[in-house]
Amino acid sequence: MTATEFAIISSIKVVVVVLAVLTGCAYATWLERKLVGHFQHRIGPNLAGPFGLLQPIADAIKLIFKEDIVPDNAERVTYALAPILMFIPAMLNFAVVPFGDTVTLFGHKIDMVVSDLNIGILFVFAVTSLGVYGIVLAGWSSGSKYSLLGGIRSSAQMISYEVAYGLSIMGVLVIAQTFSLNELVAQQASVWHWFIFRQPVGFVIYVICAIAETNRSPFDLPEAESELVAGYHTEYSSMRFAMFYIGEYANMISVSCVATTLFLGGWQGPFLPPVVWFVIKVIFFMSVYIWIRATLPRLRYDQLMYLGWKVLFPLALLNVMVTSLIVLL
Amino acid sequence: MSEYLAVLVFLGVGIGMVLFTFFLARLIRPAHPYKAKNQSYESAEKPIGDAWVQFNNRFYIFALMFVVFDVEAVFLFPWAVAFGQLGLYALIEMVIFIAVLLFGLLYAWKKGVLKWV
Repeated sequence: MTATEFAIISSIKVVVVVLAVLTGCAYATWLERKLVGHFQHRIGPNLAGPFGLLQPIADAIKLIFKEDIVPDNAERVTYALAPILMFIPAMLNFAVVPFGDTVTLFGHKIDMVVSDLNIGILFVFAVTSLGVYGIVLAGWSSGSKYSLLGGIRSSAQMISYEVAYGLSIMGVLVIAQTFSLNELVAQQASVWHWFIFRQPVGFVIYVICAIAETNRSPFDLPEAESELVAGYHTEYSSMRFAMFYIGEYANMISVSCVATTLFLGGWQGPFLPPVVWFVIKVIFFMSVYIWIRATLPRLRYDQLMYLGWKVLFPLALLNVMVTSLIVLL
Repeated sequence: MSEYLAVLVFLGVGIGMVLFTFFLARLIRPAHPYKAKNQSYESAEKPIGDAWVQFNNRFYIFALMFVVFDVEAVFLFPWAVAFGQLGLYALIEMVIFIAVLLFGLLYAWKKGVLKWV
């Protein structure tokens, strides 16, 4: 492949993936409102278009027409930077996720992944950790007490669960002996080789930590609306608020994508094309996310810290130990 | 190297998209700021004092613990991938390493650091 070809193909892939993820985020909000509606015996959005399918577009148009209010005692530079710092890392995760098998298009072999890094999983975890900067800077620079408390709570929660989050996939790495996401998918060719069956404890820890990392219910203390209004983004409006909102959903989707790739066999599956299987698995994972939100009440802050440090972290360490022992034997 | 170039392109497109949306919104949205509107939100009261208040120093301790144990995870990642070639010796070494840190966690636990009052 020549350099020009590589540049063209990469650019096309990047644009397609970015647009797909943004659409995915928009419709993730629709899915959430619709599902939560039905869980609560309501209908959910149903006025904008058939089944309310145009609702996300209406929301986007509304947000872009809203006035952008910057509080007088905000730190203007960091205040402007924070939403971008939330949004970019959330998007960047999708650069390494393999969406499907290699396909041949117009005589070119095209991998269904923007960039097949040989350290893919390390990249994902590094980029996910960057998300906390956006949140803590938003909370600190808004010049509001609610924002500050929300930002601090959120960062404490994220770093507490990050430790167990990183350790939860260590079992998979010990078995698979690779960082490459493509390789990981290749090792899960048959259903019984899916890592969810070889690493059930790791999977459960991963799911719990992933929910905490993305600040979702029942771990949504940073934005506990009954005490902290909207947490770190209380003072944000218009498109800056939209960036936080998209960032949150992009994080959810990327966590689902990583879970699919690591534990649920990635794009592998019979009959249907690989990309379709990948999307089905991600939507399934997102539905579980929303189901958990609709079912469980919010944890208290001390319970949250207790769960992270005293239960999940030792359990994850133990899981790594036992897994490596079994692999050795 | 070309793989990293693709990531860089992705980063560029992401940043470009954000800047474009902000630019577009600036063109069409209204802007009528006045003093009362630009006050920070404090449940419809006038804000009292500074926003940068003192907060619980437990957050600081958790940040310290995070640094210790996240560095542990950083050491574990390459170990996990090279484990197949290194065998029993590497396992024993890692068990000792983790035991030292676990002892630290137990110490913090007994000291009551993990308790949130």
